[in-house]
Amino acid sequence: MLQDKDRIFTNLYGLQDVSLEGAQKRGSWDSTKYFIDQGRDWVIDEVKASGLRGRGGAGFPTGLKWSFMPKESDGRPHYLVINADESEPGTCKDRDILRNDPHHLVEGALMAAFAMAAHTCYIYVRGEFIREREALQRAIDEAYKARLIGKDNIHGWDFDCYVHHGAGAYICGEETALIESIEGKKGQPRLKPPFPANVGLYGAPTTVNNVESIAVVPTILRRGAGWFGGLGKPNNTGTKLFCISGHVETPCTVEEEMGIPFKELIDKHCGGVRGGWDNLLAVIPGGSSVPCVPAKEMMDATMDFDCLSGLQSGLGTAAVIVMDKSTDMIAAIARLAYFYKHESCGQCTPCREGTGWMWRVLERMVKGQATKREIDMLFDVSKQVEGHTICALGDAAAWPVQGLIRHFRHVIEERIDQYAANPDTDGAIGEPVAAE
Amino acid sequence: MPKLNINGTEIEVENGTTVLQACEAAGFEIPRFCYHERLSIAGNCRMCLVEVKGMPKPIASCAMNVNDLRPGPNGEPPEILTVTQPVKKAREGVMEFLLINHPLDCPICDQGGECDLQDQAMAYGGDSSRYDENKRAVEDKNIGPLIKTEMTRCIHCTRCVRFMTEIAGVEELGLIGRGEDAEITTYLERGITSELSGNVIDLCPVGALTSKPFAFTARPWELIKTESVDVMDAVGSNIRVDSRSSEVMRIMPRNNDLVNEEWISDKSRFIWDGLRSRRLDRPYIREDDKLREASWEEALTLIASTISSVVPRKAAMLVGDLATAEEIYALKRLAEVLKWKNIDCRQDGTMLSPAQGRGTTLFNSTIEGIDEADAILLIGANPRLEAPVLNARIRGHWALGHVAVGVIGANEDLTYGTHYIGASPSDLSKLDDGSGDTAEFAEILRNAERPMIIIGSAALKGPEAQNNLIAAARLAKGFNAIRPDWNGFNILHTAASRVAGLELNFLPAEGGLPTNEILSQAKANQLDFLYLLGADEIDTNQLGNAFVVYQGSHGDKGAAAADVILPGCTYTEKNGTYVNLEGRVQQINRAIFPPNEAREDWAIIRALSGAIGKPFGFSTLTELRARMYEAVPRLAGVDTLEPASYQDIVSLADQSLSKLSTDALAPSVEDFYLTNPVARASKVMNEMSAIKYGQTAKATGTHD
Repeated sequence: MLQDKDRIFTNLYGLQDVSLEGAQKRGSWDSTKYFIDQGRDWVIDEVKASGLRGRGGAGFPTGLKWSFMPKESDGRPHYLVINADESEPGTCKDRDILRNDPHHLVEGALMAAFAMAAHTCYIYVRGEFIREREALQRAIDEAYKARLIGKDNIHGWDFDCYVHHGAGAYICGEETALIESIEGKKGQPRLKPPFPANVGLYGAPTTVNNVESIAVVPTILRRGAGWFGGLGKPNNTGTKLFCISGHVETPCTVEEEMGIPFKELIDKHCGGVRGGWDNLLAVIPGGSSVPCVPAKEMMDATMDFDCLSGLQSGLGTAAVIVMDKSTDMIAAIARLAYFYKHESCGQCTPCREGTGWMWRVLERMVKGQATKREIDMLFDVSKQVEGHTICALGDAAAWPVQGLIRHFRHVIEERIDQYAANPDTDGAIGEPVAAE
Repeated sequence: MPKLNINGTEIEVENGTTVLQACEAAGFEIPRFCYHERLSIAGNCRMCLVEVKGMPKPIASCAMNVNDLRPGPNGEPPEILTVTQPVKKAREGVMEFLLINHPLDCPICDQGGECDLQDQAMAYGGDSSRYDENKRAVEDKNIGPLIKTEMTRCIHCTRCVRFMTEIAGVEELGLIGRGEDAEITTYLERGITSELSGNVIDLCPVGALTSKPFAFTARPWELIKTESVDVMDAVGSNIRVDSRSSEVMRIMPRNNDLVNEEWISDKSRFIWDGLRSRRLDRPYIREDDKLREASWEEALTLIASTISSVVPRKAAMLVGDLATAEEIYALKRLAEVLKWKNIDCRQDGTMLSPAQGRGTTLFNSTIEGIDEADAILLIGANPRLEAPVLNARIRGHWALGHVAVGVIGANEDLTYGTHYIGASPSDLSKLDDGSGDTAEFAEILRNAERPMIIIGSAALKGPEAQNNLIAAARLAKGFNAIRPDWNGFNILHTAASRVAGLELNFLPAEGGLPTNEILSQAKANQLDFLYLLGADEIDTNQLGNAFVVYQGSHGDKGAAAADVILPGCTYTEKNGTYVNLEGRVQQINRAIFPPNEAREDWAIIRALSGAIGKPFGFSTLTELRARMYEAVPRLAGVDTLEPASYQDIVSLADQSLSKLSTDALAPSVEDFYLTNPVARASKVMNEMSAIKYGQTAKATGTHD
């Protein structure tokens, strides 16, 4: 379990002073100039050495991503874009950073921008985050006022930071759709290549990072790559914000060490599963886009990228959705399928047509109004969506469905049998209980 | 140059080629819907997925640049697989997705027979659908009288949106909504105002956008396809005339990269209903101020007897905008035989003449040359309305950031950004001493390597015409646009027949009168005989007491003023030669037969020569052409272009120049949709004109 002294987000719950003064008391903006004086390569090497993997879901090494930016500008400016469009169902970590610890983010933005020779940073805040945007803007204003950022600031690296407020579309969290949206266009993902590091915002080299990835950077530099790398497990280092929701006693967002056993995470921070461990049905361990994992397999899992991908799921954004045995798994996944159908941008064929198809079939399966061969068909359709689209939304829509069929096929079949036995009723069971 | 291995075949391709193009070059067909050579790459239909060895997912071949592919571990060329089981499965999957919400209404769909979705479903789709849910229905949009929408059929390839935005230059179509609710729409249920909108019908791979006038009239496979050339403007767009028995059913573009690429204007495409109505289908003779039907013999005899009593000095001939070179040649022979000097092929009164050098009458940079220009100055020209397809070429080049455009004349929306310099020819001097935007453009023009000056008809009419022409030539010379390797002096003609007329020198002979003087003579009752070969764009109310013979296809202004009408053919009913504004010789082919007693125009003139007792020495089109080629050999070079000498412009620039006019140049086109007799006879064109120019049709009810 993570000790208090190793916490990065010391005001995650907003119990202390959020202002610049308060943040500085907790260590923010301390020796920032010193790190900048060490040079760009030092910052990138330090982040690489810490083993920090992107916190937005894909887990791509952050330092490596930064090193893709051109070393020298070819005349185009470089941009840092921070993705605060946190819309993945179950995920609520960035919002707490924006609300209560925004100075971590602002300071991290300066350091990251310096590391990739960018003088401008855009922070794309989700449309629904009104208060969060205000809190972030307040922190940025404070930093400008204290000349921590801005032109001719005390750190010697000109840096402007703009907050861009989105309009509340999930797809705008995809990095290229986010770039399009900042440019004032419709949020539709771009074709890659070219990747943003070559042609990004306004055609210039751009790196898009998650809020949490950027916000942990100042502390990594301050306490050293060795400290961060020493936490967690090899290849899955450091601390991570976990957002636990669903059927636990006390749902919460908590900073923990990577690789913490799932059981420990739930017992220590959430007061255990509602109705005890025997009542656990399944867990979606990394936000709605990763496949669910049944209780039996989840019990011994540790919360890190590698262990969970071994379970054919993923750590994703570390949004742990716990479901006990009162959950109608089919209805739960049907609800997620509806979400992806609703949020598909409609640009490319498999996702536009496939998400609606999967949702409709699942809605029937909730009531058992399907045939058993449709289960295989549904799996096949999800496979036709997965990997055939421009962005990862197609994959994200397909994986929960695949997880359901992989682990809960028997439930679907039972439901179909029940309906077949009682075809006069509206459905096999009463109103479905989703993961409320 | 990158090397690739496609299905085991090694191939070397140009840098910047896409994988799709490389596969095509290697001889492997890749199905596609959203990809189109002349539009930006969207990569959204996912039909062109192929496998690349070493990549975890299949890639969209239309969007992948071959330079972005990594070589194998030992430096082998990247291996692309297009015929494997996973690729087949992926295509079947995409096909199934496209079809789940596509209505199965092929039997009543006008796209049937030329539908990409149909064809590719046959070639790449599965045998049945597994989709059991309800299909999506989308409300149809009203986007004007030209394009019929059936939006349920839309597969969201966005070709139409990209065409309108990128080529036509009007952002009037877009995709709104998201996911399966995404729809193509004009946002506000407005009609499309572009002059090129009809091209989205060809681009649409399904039956979502079809031709409204053509709706439910014919199936593509029952139409006879005749290759021809458009005559609505002087560009000479290559077209295909689709006909069934005696009627033209529709007109489609043909690809010609040198001229129209694969676009045609709405006027060229939807003119065909005008080919059927208001036709002159038998000779008429005026008696007691009324036209009565007559036989050919009667009509020709009457003309011959009238001619015999006319003094050549008091007789004139005018050629209209749609005449072929053959009939102009025949009419010129007739004028020579009769020793008439008052002949002119420039009914709009422009003063261009090959006597000043052939180069002073042509679009010397060529249409293809626009792609090389780095600065364009328009003087009294509105290419958007005078030559829409040519305008699209300028726009495409401008959109890439390669060219700046300056405007002298009316300041109109040309679909691209312009530097406005001034309204009158005298504003040319601002290029030397102007400030701000004008100075900026002058600087661009000075530094341009391949500047183009385009002079439109607004600057070429009236008494100032010659002066304007000389000023433009001087300007071109001053900006180093006149060189052996680049001729930047361009005339933007508007009439299809004009350049051929100039090539054949159908111009006042020595001592003869040009159009405006012929007309003022007529007005003053000084003219006894006027022969109009399809000439309608003149003031026909003021022809005095001249005996007017109108030879043409449509009952328009000229026919109304005629004493004898000789029914001729439209461009779909005859064989002939046209020369476009660049000087490119192109031939049209007969698609259908003319109605009733109408005859091919050259043959009518040939018959008249017999009636006056001086028959020409030719009696077939082949013989006529042989004579014509003898007179102007370059007309024999069909589909070729003989450039004019740049020295012509140099000597034009050396002529003395008087003070330039300070009068503003008028907009050159008053009504894009109604510029010739065929267009005025077309219901569709009249409807479009009413929408665009706000004239509501005369009400028939109780209110006025």
